[in-house]
Amino acid sequence: MTPLDPNQLPPSAFVFLIATVVKMLAIFTLYMVVVAYTTLAERKVSAWIQDRHGPNRVGPWGLFQVLADGVKNFMKEETMPGDVNKPLFILAPALAFTTAMIAWAVIPFGAPMPTPWGRIDLVVANMPIGFLYVLAITSLGVYGIVLAGWSSNNKYALLGGLRSSAQMISYEIAMGMSTVCVLLMAGNVSLTAIVAQQQATNYNIVLISVAAFIFLVSAFAETNRVPFDLPEAESELIAGYHAEYSGMKFSMFFIAEYANVITASAMFVTLFLGGWDIPFTTWDNTGQATVLKSLATFAMFAFKLYSFVFFFIWIRWTLPRFRYDQLMSLGWKLMLPTALAYIVIVASAVLALDASGIARTSRLFWMAMGAMNLVLVMILFVILDRGRVISPASSRLQRADVQRLRAATDARSTLSPGETH
Amino acid sequence: MSNEFVPLFYGFNFYLFGLIAIASALLFVTRKSPVAAAMWLVNVMFCLAALYVMLDAQFIGAIQVIVYAGAIMVVFLFVVMLLNLGHAGAVSDLRGNAGRLAAGFVGLAMLAEVMVLARTKFPDAMTLKAVHGLGPVDGTAGVIGPIAGPLFNEYLLAFELTSMLLLTAIVGAVVIGKKRNPDAR
Repeated sequence: MTPLDPNQLPPSAFVFLIATVVKMLAIFTLYMVVVAYTTLAERKVSAWIQDRHGPNRVGPWGLFQVLADGVKNFMKEETMPGDVNKPLFILAPALAFTTAMIAWAVIPFGAPMPTPWGRIDLVVANMPIGFLYVLAITSLGVYGIVLAGWSSNNKYALLGGLRSSAQMISYEIAMGMSTVCVLLMAGNVSLTAIVAQQQATNYNIVLISVAAFIFLVSAFAETNRVPFDLPEAESELIAGYHAEYSGMKFSMFFIAEYANVITASAMFVTLFLGGWDIPFTTWDNTGQATVLKSLATFAMFAFKLYSFVFFFIWIRWTLPRFRYDQLMSLGWKLMLPTALAYIVIVASAVLALDASGIARTSRLFWMAMGAMNLVLVMILFVILDRGRVISPASSRLQRADVQRLRAATDARSTLSPGETH
Repeated sequence: MSNEFVPLFYGFNFYLFGLIAIASALLFVTRKSPVAAAMWLVNVMFCLAALYVMLDAQFIGAIQVIVYAGAIMVVFLFVVMLLNLGHAGAVSDLRGNAGRLAAGFVGLAMLAEVMVLARTKFPDAMTLKAVHGLGPVDGTAGVIGPIAGPLFNEYLLAFELTSMLLLTAIVGAVVIGKKRNPDAR
């Protein structure tokens, strides 16, 4: 399997500059529109899960709801509560919004596109530090939330901010450890190189499934989404860190949250699901690069990305919230040790397979890794579950209990309307 | 992308971020509110990361942001926020003029030391280049390899000893944190 034909030369400096500006504008616009429509998707999917209609008044199927929401947020009065720390109160939503926006810059979203002026890589900034950049930027995102919590001068907001900083630091470590396994596979942190590695071998979700699982759980915690949305737990903290915000500042936190969801999905897709690669074919990543290939791979990337965003929404409307101590013990006592142990296991397995002369690109390599992962994932899920959720779902009740309940129900249904207990 | 504007671009940004870093550092030591001071320190850390990137040490830049700006400073901010609830700026530990003068002198002394060191030519035996012929790093080899190679070959012992030291410190911190005072109950 040869990589994409490099006979298309990289562009000159001038073309590079123009192309980068065009990509920045295009991606920013697209990103904002997608973020806006993700809020609609969330409301629609939640309605669907809860058996209601969801927003359906503005435009066909409620499609213009997003515009109405945007106008509403811009027109609303922005209140400035007394005794807030003004500079930080204003800085906080800006920080949350900015970090959420710029994290996207390194994600490759399609095969390189040939143009008359040279080959254009479909990534805004093809940085050699790849996912380290995303980790760095998302680790800055916590400031927006912490500062919002502190500067509001409100005890609920402060509690939300404190919870969020503790939570994000804890899960950042597990997330970083899970990406070490990706590094072991690809030997490089550049996202373009990681996509190329997955095209050459197999998707990382087959090769390092447990790392994918840990990354997924950490991504939920990092984006403050249910089941880890303790910083804004409305039943305990009103609205947590953004309790004092209104108007567009409030909206900025929400845009940041959805932007983070999309970035986390894009990271998962790129690190573990092959990025823009079209599965089961090598048409997209071999031979001559064409515009059609670029568009097809972009569509594939968008499809994978949006499947994942849907997954995020699905989880939010399915699972209840964790208790705070459960969240912390899950992060430190389970995710981190598992991630560390898994690094050792993967490193040993790769070393053993390399030593026994099995090429990384061979079918045997990914089959061996996949078989190992299947066993490990099953062990992990049995330990995580401890007979509570997965296994009792099929047989929650003893047969005797079922009989007893049925008998009780029958007895109740035979009562005549006037009769009382 | 190679043309004559690239060094200019790097130079301009290097000095720009250098100036921002110095200004932020000055604001950091002169703010009364500890939270504001902590935020200016975060800005200093971030600008240092930008300086590393402008020197083509992108890995160090990313690690600088992840470790210092993203983790250590968040913990600092966490503690500072809890200690200053409701009366930000009311408590300040800025000393009088004598303290400021002393701090100024220490700062000038350190600046002088840095300037002397910058002009000193180190013996070849002390530089990385002499130990294993590390020239300018090849951009295509990734950013991790040039650091991981020496770290896990030539300096493996030092690396392992450092990690043991850190581990000891962590265990010590846990022991101190867990120690129960029998009189407290």
